[in-house]
Amino acid sequence: MSCQNVWKVYGNNPDHFFRNDSHGGSDPSALSKHISNNGHIVANADVSFDVHTGEIFVIMGLSGSGKSTIVRCLSRLIKPSSGQIFLDDENLLEKSEKELIHLRRHKMGMVFQNFGLLPHLNVIENIAFPLKLQGLKEKERINKAERVIELVGLTGRENNFIKELSGGQQQRVGIARSLAVEPDVWFLDEPFSALDPLIRKQMQDEFLRIQSIQKKSVVFITHDFQEALRIADRIALMRDGQIVQLGEPVDLILSPKDDYVREFTKDVPWERVLQASDIIDKNKKVSETAEQVLFDMPVSKMLHLLSKKSIGVAVVDSLGKKVGMATAQSFVAALATAEN
Amino acid sequence: MKNENLMRSAILEKKTLNWIAIILITTIFLIFKEEWSWSTKYPKELIVPISDWINFLMEKFVNKFGWFFLNISWVLSWPINAAQWLLHSLPWVVIIFLVTFTAYLSAGLKLALFTLCSAFYMVLIGYWEESMNTLSLVIISVPMAVSIGFGLGVWGHFSKRAEKIIMPILDIFQTVPTFAYLLPILLLFGFGTVVGLIASVLYSFPPMVRNTILGLKRVPANIIESAIMSGADPKQLFWQAMLPSCKKQILLGINQSTMAALSMVIIAAIIGGTADIGWEVLYYIRKAEVGQSLVVGMVIALMAIIIDRITTGFALKSDQDKKLPAFQKITKISYLSFAFIGSVSLFIFATFFEILDAWPYDLSVWVASHINHLFDAFVETFRAEIKQIKNYSLFFIMLPTKIGLQQAVSPFTWGFQLETMHKILYFGSFLVLSLWLLKKKKNEVFVFTLLFMIFIYTGLTQMPWPPLLIIYSFFAWQIGGYKLALGTFIGLGFIIVVGMWPEAMLSVYLCGIAVVFCFIMGTSLGIWAAHNSIVSAIVRPINDTLQTIPLFVILIPFVMLFKIGDFTALLAIIIYAIVPSVRYAEHGIRNLSSEVIEASKMMGSTRMQLLFLVKIPLAMPVIMLGLNQTIMYGIAMLVIAALIGTNGLEQIVFIGLTDGNMGKGLIAGISLAIIAMIADRMTAAWSVKLQERYTSNPAD
Repeated sequence: MSCQNVWKVYGNNPDHFFRNDSHGGSDPSALSKHISNNGHIVANADVSFDVHTGEIFVIMGLSGSGKSTIVRCLSRLIKPSSGQIFLDDENLLEKSEKELIHLRRHKMGMVFQNFGLLPHLNVIENIAFPLKLQGLKEKERINKAERVIELVGLTGRENNFIKELSGGQQQRVGIARSLAVEPDVWFLDEPFSALDPLIRKQMQDEFLRIQSIQKKSVVFITHDFQEALRIADRIALMRDGQIVQLGEPVDLILSPKDDYVREFTKDVPWERVLQASDIIDKNKKVSETAEQVLFDMPVSKMLHLLSKKSIGVAVVDSLGKKVGMATAQSFVAALATAEN
Repeated sequence: MKNENLMRSAILEKKTLNWIAIILITTIFLIFKEEWSWSTKYPKELIVPISDWINFLMEKFVNKFGWFFLNISWVLSWPINAAQWLLHSLPWVVIIFLVTFTAYLSAGLKLALFTLCSAFYMVLIGYWEESMNTLSLVIISVPMAVSIGFGLGVWGHFSKRAEKIIMPILDIFQTVPTFAYLLPILLLFGFGTVVGLIASVLYSFPPMVRNTILGLKRVPANIIESAIMSGADPKQLFWQAMLPSCKKQILLGINQSTMAALSMVIIAAIIGGTADIGWEVLYYIRKAEVGQSLVVGMVIALMAIIIDRITTGFALKSDQDKKLPAFQKITKISYLSFAFIGSVSLFIFATFFEILDAWPYDLSVWVASHINHLFDAFVETFRAEIKQIKNYSLFFIMLPTKIGLQQAVSPFTWGFQLETMHKILYFGSFLVLSLWLLKKKKNEVFVFTLLFMIFIYTGLTQMPWPPLLIIYSFFAWQIGGYKLALGTFIGLGFIIVVGMWPEAMLSVYLCGIAVVFCFIMGTSLGIWAAHNSIVSAIVRPINDTLQTIPLFVILIPFVMLFKIGDFTALLAIIIYAIVPSVRYAEHGIRNLSSEVIEASKMMGSTRMQLLFLVKIPLAMPVIMLGLNQTIMYGIAMLVIAALIGTNGLEQIVFIGLTDGNMGKGLIAGISLAIIAMIADRMTAAWSVKLQERYTSNPAD
């Protein structure tokens, strides 16, 4: 899935800004300013990114940054003012309403912040709801729904009504429902924001577990930077409708593009985010005798080793090849760059 | 010099100056009242004969297209006849069984018992047939009203333009007095039950539209989005996601529609030819047979309560937990088969025992005469007291408002003649009071005091119309801006031009007194109920009952005590219109944010301070909505009160109906609707204004 130069403008006549295609070359910030000066609201400005198959792509931003708008553009709940959105090389903007319904029935799943469950249906009916819309027979629906119920750990709760469930359980229903159609792309719009912190952490683990089985292409929206760091393969940080920085979590931390990004990364618990490969001292020769650690080991787990072995530890890649040495000094040095 | 000017402008702000100018104009008009006779009596030559035009056009129209409506009438008479035939040919035991069983399913054993007793009461007093006639009209009109209302509501929800068209139409249907509806229908469709049916459909579809629109609007955005993402096409989205999530609101709409239909069916009895229960009550009210009208009136009240409780029961139930879907299916089947088997066996049973089919006439219980005796004894014992109450309110409240102190004060009423000295005393004390208020910078109260002084002295019906027009319009400007002022001006102008002003003022006077009384007493009672759960528990069922009973049953006890006339009408209006004032005041106070109240308590406010400085001001927007509803209820009851001899617009509507003078009746009805709408917009604007003052941030 990918989107290119997506704009979403609200106002009386948003289309006329994009009619003569002249904005292609011009600076998006300038156009954005021009649009706002003309009494329109820019929700998304020139947003482009690709979501790779099987990756967890997190869009992170504060409220009003346009993150919810962009995910609704991707799922075509709303129509972008300009730009292109591709799913399997097909442009979603050229699809008819009927084709979109077909896509949503078979290729997309979405989880909502406030769950969006139907109060008049019980758990299994809610989960089977998309299947019912497709016109599947009752037996088939129940069979499929049972499978995802097991996946999200709600077995035994099938016949409860929604309001008998806790928030965490309700969101499990939401997750199960979005997975019931076995989608290729999985949208999650702040799925855990309405939950208590403890439950939120549990649900993140749960999400990671499910994703490790399902391996969907995931677009995950959140305003919580910690959450983004925990689950993301890549993060796009948004502000005022634009992407400020896009990269792997560690990129954002170690080389923040500007003060805005730095502000987010300030309070990050580094030792948990940084991995062994991030703190390699490039000037130090690899020692054959040093203890070995895998490249993706969190630094927090290496701390006791680093403090005992003054010579440091050797970092090996997935093939077992030594790629460099990490020491207490190199850890401090990495922290220092991050802090600045 | 400059300072002085500044100070003066601070005291006499522009608004107040305008008011003073208006008061001066009013005074001038009052001084030249005799000379300018056109200002008190709008000249006959200048009256626009719209009512004649309407009559003329209507006649032409009926001549040309009458056959079309008569055919519709004929078509519609079929389902009514079928329903009547069905309800009459089924033995009463079967119907009672079915209704009781429905009541049980809806709200449990208690309601079922109540239904059983009430239905048996109808049989016992010998009014089963008439009750079934009424019920058959309701049964036919409700599905029609509900489907029309639902369709329009859905259309209004999905099309902004449709909503813009539908909403004002609803306003008109709900403010035009019920009798006025009957006029054109009567002329188009001829006499008979069909008129009742059409009137009740027209009267009962608006609440369904409103509830449908409201319900669909309140479907949470995330439910709609999630249904779309689940792959719903537009049809599935509507039927499987949106509609089920607003089921409760829709069912409440059905409940309100049903109640409206019932009350209109009863009212429609006025045109006769229906042989239903409403006609019976009316007949006995007119014959002043107190006991019998009460006995039959009870039937209407019981019927209304049962229908209301059953439909609300289903609405509330839709919100509760449900059992397994499979289980539901089984119970549904078993319920249906139980109802079927029960009905059939009772039916067979009834063929063997005549008494279960048609209750014998000589077994009917005649309680009316006992009631009459009891009642006569009561009136006899308290004759003096009843007369005193009536006279005091007439002499000291109603007459001064109506014709002013200058005419109301006489040796016969107040015990003395109004002398120059009294007048000097009256005006002097009011002027001193108002100047003191001005000094205290209570400009609004100052203006109010002066206006009050003039009104009470002159009397509402004796006021020249030009200053009244200015006062109303300017007041509308202050609370609702120029649009409301313009609307008020045009609306009242219409009433003047068609020559209905004197009657309009008679309606305003009667309704006005009732509203002021209701607002003061009702709000106080509501505030008390908000603080005292025992009071609340007593008041609530009374309010519920008053709101469910069709209007003219409420008249009965007052007619019994005070005979017919303005005073009786006033009491009936008060007892009915007080309900919303009580309700909204209690609701407003009970739902205040507990944080603010706790904060005030922590600042050390006493209970009284808390009430008057915090709670009442904060609840004011809601209390104002109560006033709004009180006015609407008051006008609704006023129209019905025409039955017991009032003199305002409502009486012209009523006479128009009985004489078949459609033009005049319709114009009077429209005039009354104009007054209702102006009052509605004014109070609503006021409430919004208060609300805005609290919610908007004064810093920006």
